[in-house]
Amino acid sequence: MTDRPLKQIHLAAHFPGVNNTTVWSDPASGSHNEFASFRHLAQTAERGKFDFFFLAEGLRLRETNGRIHDLDVVGRPESITVLNALAAVTERLGLAATVNATFNEPYELARRFATLDHLSGGRAAWNVVTSSDAFTGENFRRGGYLKYADRYTRAAEFVELVREFWDAGEGEVRHFGPQFEVEGRLSLPRPPQGHPVVIQAGDSDEGREFAAATADVIFSRHSTLADGQAFHADVKRRLAAYGRKPDELKIMPAATFVLGDTDAEAEEYAAEVRRAQVSPQTAINFLEQVWGIDLSDHDPDGPLPTVDPDPDSAVVQGRVRFSDPVAVAERWRAVAAEKNLTSRELVIEVTGRQSFIGSPATVAGLIDHFVQNDAADGFVLIPHLTPGGLDEFVDRVVPLLQERGVFRTDYTGPTLRDHLGLPVPGRR
Amino acid sequence: MPRQLHLSAAIDSPGRLDAGHYTGLARLAERASLDFVTLDDSFAAAPHRPDALATLARIAPLTERVGLVPTVTTTHTEPFHTSISLNTLDWASEGRAGWLVGVSTTEAEAKAFGRRPVAPEDELWAEAADAAEVAARLWDSWEDDAEIRDTATGRFVDRDKLHYIDFEGRYFSVRGPSTTPRPPQGRPVVVVPVAAADLAPDASPGGRARVATAIRYADVVLLDAPDRATRLTAATELRLRSGELLRILARIDAALPDRAAEERLRAELTAAGTGVDGFHLVPAVPERDLAALAERIAPALRATGLLRTGYTGRTLRDHLGLARPASRYTGPANTAAHAAASHATASHAAGTAAHTTDSPALAEVTR
Repeated sequence: MTDRPLKQIHLAAHFPGVNNTTVWSDPASGSHNEFASFRHLAQTAERGKFDFFFLAEGLRLRETNGRIHDLDVVGRPESITVLNALAAVTERLGLAATVNATFNEPYELARRFATLDHLSGGRAAWNVVTSSDAFTGENFRRGGYLKYADRYTRAAEFVELVREFWDAGEGEVRHFGPQFEVEGRLSLPRPPQGHPVVIQAGDSDEGREFAAATADVIFSRHSTLADGQAFHADVKRRLAAYGRKPDELKIMPAATFVLGDTDAEAEEYAAEVRRAQVSPQTAINFLEQVWGIDLSDHDPDGPLPTVDPDPDSAVVQGRVRFSDPVAVAERWRAVAAEKNLTSRELVIEVTGRQSFIGSPATVAGLIDHFVQNDAADGFVLIPHLTPGGLDEFVDRVVPLLQERGVFRTDYTGPTLRDHLGLPVPGRR
Repeated sequence: MPRQLHLSAAIDSPGRLDAGHYTGLARLAERASLDFVTLDDSFAAAPHRPDALATLARIAPLTERVGLVPTVTTTHTEPFHTSISLNTLDWASEGRAGWLVGVSTTEAEAKAFGRRPVAPEDELWAEAADAAEVAARLWDSWEDDAEIRDTATGRFVDRDKLHYIDFEGRYFSVRGPSTTPRPPQGRPVVVVPVAAADLAPDASPGGRARVATAIRYADVVLLDAPDRATRLTAATELRLRSGELLRILARIDAALPDRAAEERLRAELTAAGTGVDGFHLVPAVPERDLAALAERIAPALRATGLLRTGYTGRTLRDHLGLARPASRYTGPANTAAHAAASHATASHAAGTAAHTTDSPALAEVTR
């Protein structure tokens, strides 16, 4: 710990996603489509004075073995439309939508985010993601037109052009670049935040550079202390080249949590949650993702498959595949042998552990420790239950963070930029 | 008791960007128990206005019954995004979403996207028909009972009830299924604007293509006609070609600066023999004119039994007296209809502008 003043923590709430983190089998699990679920979670986040509410996106349903993946939550509403509706039932909470730069056009997206920013009084954020797969492209006019290597080239010019539209407001934009040749003006003035907050979530070298150049927030995956510190140092170091100061880019890793009255109770409940997250069928599905072959006849309560993975398999579509499946299988076999684990137990062991487990005091202490030691500027919390999964955190952990003097007791400004401590960008 | 009118109103307010303004107008429309409000949109720089679908989503939680019908254009947008956004408006409003289909005809809009040159209007409406076809198939692509949450087998959905739509047309192809489950209304209400001139023997190719799209896909037509006689002729023609389930609302100016204007409008709305199911009111000063409607004209219409005294249903389909459609993919009988629909692409049908309701596949598509 240094003797500098305490860093203020930033918190965001992620609506539970379409992956096995979300436990749909719990009797308390509600609808993933009805507006009431979104309202509940967003209003809970606002009660907890969170910086923003975050929605992910998927433009094609995931598949395994050429069939729709049916083991996790499937289906969700369109993000920007939900956030506009949530702007009616919240007052200060930031509203962040993930929207793909590959299968949209800059003019329309600039207009949609400018609209959200106007209609929410300056609370909009855009999580820029890219994709290039022909699989997703089958739902869109352009198809699978973009080479993987060109994702960030297009995204960088896309974001730049969107910013030009925001800056110009109702003024004329003329842009003639390698990716886009457009002339036009929006039908609405410069957004209240100048530019809605831009979030970036990619972890590759290009992704980090893209974030350093243009993002206000990084939604990262590094939720252990050492990984977080290394990522934090790497990304903040890149900022200087773009004339930016370290606090102009907030690093907010995704984090899961399980609370209990005591640490022991929390550990016990966390193990229960992990079992619910990895049903026998889900365990087999994880093995298939690594092995790349049909394992529907494999016994989840027996040992790992004895055959080696197929590194060139296309069995799994619509989600990121492990980059070196043979090495992953080797590692998993070693862990299973050492701890004497069945296939399902192994999957629980290697995929499951939540980021923060403990009593409210323990979890508040951990979060604060991570932030004060520069492993993060805050966290995007992912509850495992819809819509009540954030209730206990807000009721029991947030007050402790506030007592520590590291989290706001009330909002100090109306806009998301105010919450994040980001200035309104000047017109370029 | 006379047959009740279907009434709706435009809440277009150039220059207004505050959600409170639009909420106020929708609440006035709700006090007048209108079926729905429309909000126009385009990618033109003027008039100054926010995205229409977003604006109606913004006011959805602040209203309870009135239908919400934004213009969404099909020329520079992705049919997949259009489908899931309207679907989501239906979820957010608990079954009150509609879609006023529009196209982008100007060079300025084409340049703002920079993806394609301006196209002739008949092509744009043929493409709009394809977009409506894709939207409807995507809405149907999840059967109503697809979400099963079966803990015994670990399955959240029954994937046999999720369907690829495999649309391949002249302008785009879309694989599906939707990423958003079937909306509360099954399909949001599709609204197409038509001018009487589009139905005339000397109609332009663009007008004919627009009518073909309306015949094939519209639940509601907003009909523009210069006078009562033309309106009657056009409405009769539309009904002959589309069938009894089409709701035809005549667009009518509703500038209400004084009591005399209110009285003239009331008389116009109550006149017999119009050939239409009701009216789409276009105010001049929305807050003034919708207040006059809610406070004086609606009560007068209710007194004569021409307007409902309050909402009897929850969804926009309820207000319009339209049944919630079954998914075209549900049940064994629909397998054949699905196959037929896959082959007869909408761009082809809209381009020929014929009496297209003969085909059983088409009847399934339209209703």
